[in-house]
Amino acid sequence: GPALAEKLGLGRPALPEEVAAWNLDVSPDGTGLPDGSGSVEEGDALFADYCAVCHGDFAEGVDNWPKLAGGAGTLADKDPLKTVGSYWPYLSTTWDYVHRSMPFGNAQTLAPDEVYAIVAYILYSNDLVEDDFVLSKDNFLDVEMPNKDGFIIDDRESAEAHFWKDEPCMTDCKETVEITMQAAVLDVTPEETKARKVQEMMDATNPA
Amino acid sequence: MSDSSNAKSPSRRQFLTGAAAAGAGAVAAGAARGATADPLITEVQSWASGTGEGVDATPYGMPIRFETDVRRRNVEWLTADTISSINFTPIHALDGTITPQGCAFERHHSGAIEMRKQDYRLMINGLVDTPLVFTYEDLERFPRENRVYFCECAANTGMEWAGAQLNGAQFTHGMIHNMEYSGVSLRTLLEEAGLDAAGDLKDKWVYVEGADASSNGRSIPMEKALDDVLVAFKANGEALRKEHGYPVRLVVPGWEGNMWVKWLRRIEVTDQPVQSREETSKYTDTLANGTSRKWTWAMDAKSVVTSPSPQAPIKHGNGPLVITGLAWSGRGAIKRVDVSKDGGTTWETARLAAPGEKMALTRFYLDTEWNGEEMLLQSRAMDETGYVQPTKAELRDVRGENSIYHNNCIQTWWVKPNGEAENVEVS
Repeated sequence: GPALAEKLGLGRPALPEEVAAWNLDVSPDGTGLPDGSGSVEEGDALFADYCAVCHGDFAEGVDNWPKLAGGAGTLADKDPLKTVGSYWPYLSTTWDYVHRSMPFGNAQTLAPDEVYAIVAYILYSNDLVEDDFVLSKDNFLDVEMPNKDGFIIDDRESAEAHFWKDEPCMTDCKETVEITMQAAVLDVTPEETKARKVQEMMDATNPA
Repeated sequence: MSDSSNAKSPSRRQFLTGAAAAGAGAVAAGAARGATADPLITEVQSWASGTGEGVDATPYGMPIRFETDVRRRNVEWLTADTISSINFTPIHALDGTITPQGCAFERHHSGAIEMRKQDYRLMINGLVDTPLVFTYEDLERFPRENRVYFCECAANTGMEWAGAQLNGAQFTHGMIHNMEYSGVSLRTLLEEAGLDAAGDLKDKWVYVEGADASSNGRSIPMEKALDDVLVAFKANGEALRKEHGYPVRLVVPGWEGNMWVKWLRRIEVTDQPVQSREETSKYTDTLANGTSRKWTWAMDAKSVVTSPSPQAPIKHGNGPLVITGLAWSGRGAIKRVDVSKDGGTTWETARLAAPGEKMALTRFYLDTEWNGEEMLLQSRAMDETGYVQPTKAELRDVRGENSIYHNNCIQTWWVKPNGEAENVEVS
């Protein structure tokens, strides 16, 4: 290890109940999971009460809110649908994130059993478990996430090694240049605002 | 700017009916050649006769009202709501390298929370000798560092992967700010808690999270944590703004903005990455074959011409023109920026306003003549590792179009004979 610096004696020891209150993260190997369990059926009811207004009755998403289910096999498509079922590599992340940060606007209100149930329902919505499934701390690691092997560690330094160049082209780098796409054709940039128009008026008018 | 080619000032009525509007700006360059005397000079102006505001008028000032357009803007259709959303720094209107905090972009996942310093607590736990709790006052008693770094959202330019979409440098490149931070090195705080229990540090991680509902938890390898990460409480000389993490945020030089955890409340030393939502579902980069890169932490070398640009058209007519922009790299200092006016066929090396600093914005200028010809303006950054900013085609060849994040491609502005500019792609 590194040479230890002399301590300044600042701060004070964290108490066990303080660490327990904030140290909620759950890792892929199940580290951090509390005791508890919940069924798909219980999760269905909880989801309807707390989640479906944004995420839909079947976790399929409402309007522009995230879709939690569907999209299996679409990751190489032109428009992939990335959900818990089609994309997320670890179930621990779903448990951890729902427990700590959902429902949106009322986070940290779900008890561990409720989180187990909601996660079970999300699995069911993705056709990954049967409707009588009960998720618990004990069987948590038995659930197979379809895209668990779908990730590679950042390989830019090898896959993009050709971006490191001794000297880039400075002259006669292309034979022709054509405009192939224009943002004005899409026309999705916000309109000039009232403030902009007011400012232009101020610019153009002398403060006489 | 005033239209001084008129002998008399355009009246408000003339302006509102459009009579003077066509001349505003376009012929301002004629001021020095006016055949008639300029009344702004020959007539005593009110500010040269009366008085201005007293020193008690503005204890903490805002920009003058004529600069109201230099402000953050959002794009409604990008996100489901404005709470977990993004806005954009007006880089088209700024110069130099330091971003004014008041218009520096925001990205929240559960809104900008308000916390008093008295209510702030920072916990260090996990594989340390003694888990600790610090108050804000404790943090100010540790030895302090000052460093300038850029914070670029991983999604900056992300809307442009599939084509030219948004018409302005603010929108295509404005998920970035650059500030001078004051704070304590993360290493200092970890050493205060004691790293003995972690054993071989090479395999260890820190998991950092915020006090907000989203928590924004991310895993950082110990090597980076002990290198240059700061726990910052001042930016550009004053306390962090609420929306930037008041009172304490993490500064992770060169790495994607998502990892710069705001309202930092906990640092846990772990023996494995947590693989949180923000490093699995988000901030992973899907390639054309459907596999995805994870832990793409560094922001590669990048640049953009900020003026002329779609929001900063040429209004002064022919003659001297300042082409300017920003360059940066998460892998080290910018050593050179080239500018092309013909879509990448020929390049000129621009002038750096100051030598590049590691993981900080660098300002470049190309002082040139413009005679009304069309230009396809591009800039190309090079950093000290020899990395050369790629074209979008070169990036797509490796990654496809669905990476979402880390789009550091060369940007093209099509400057037309009337001085207006548009976001385009070229072959």
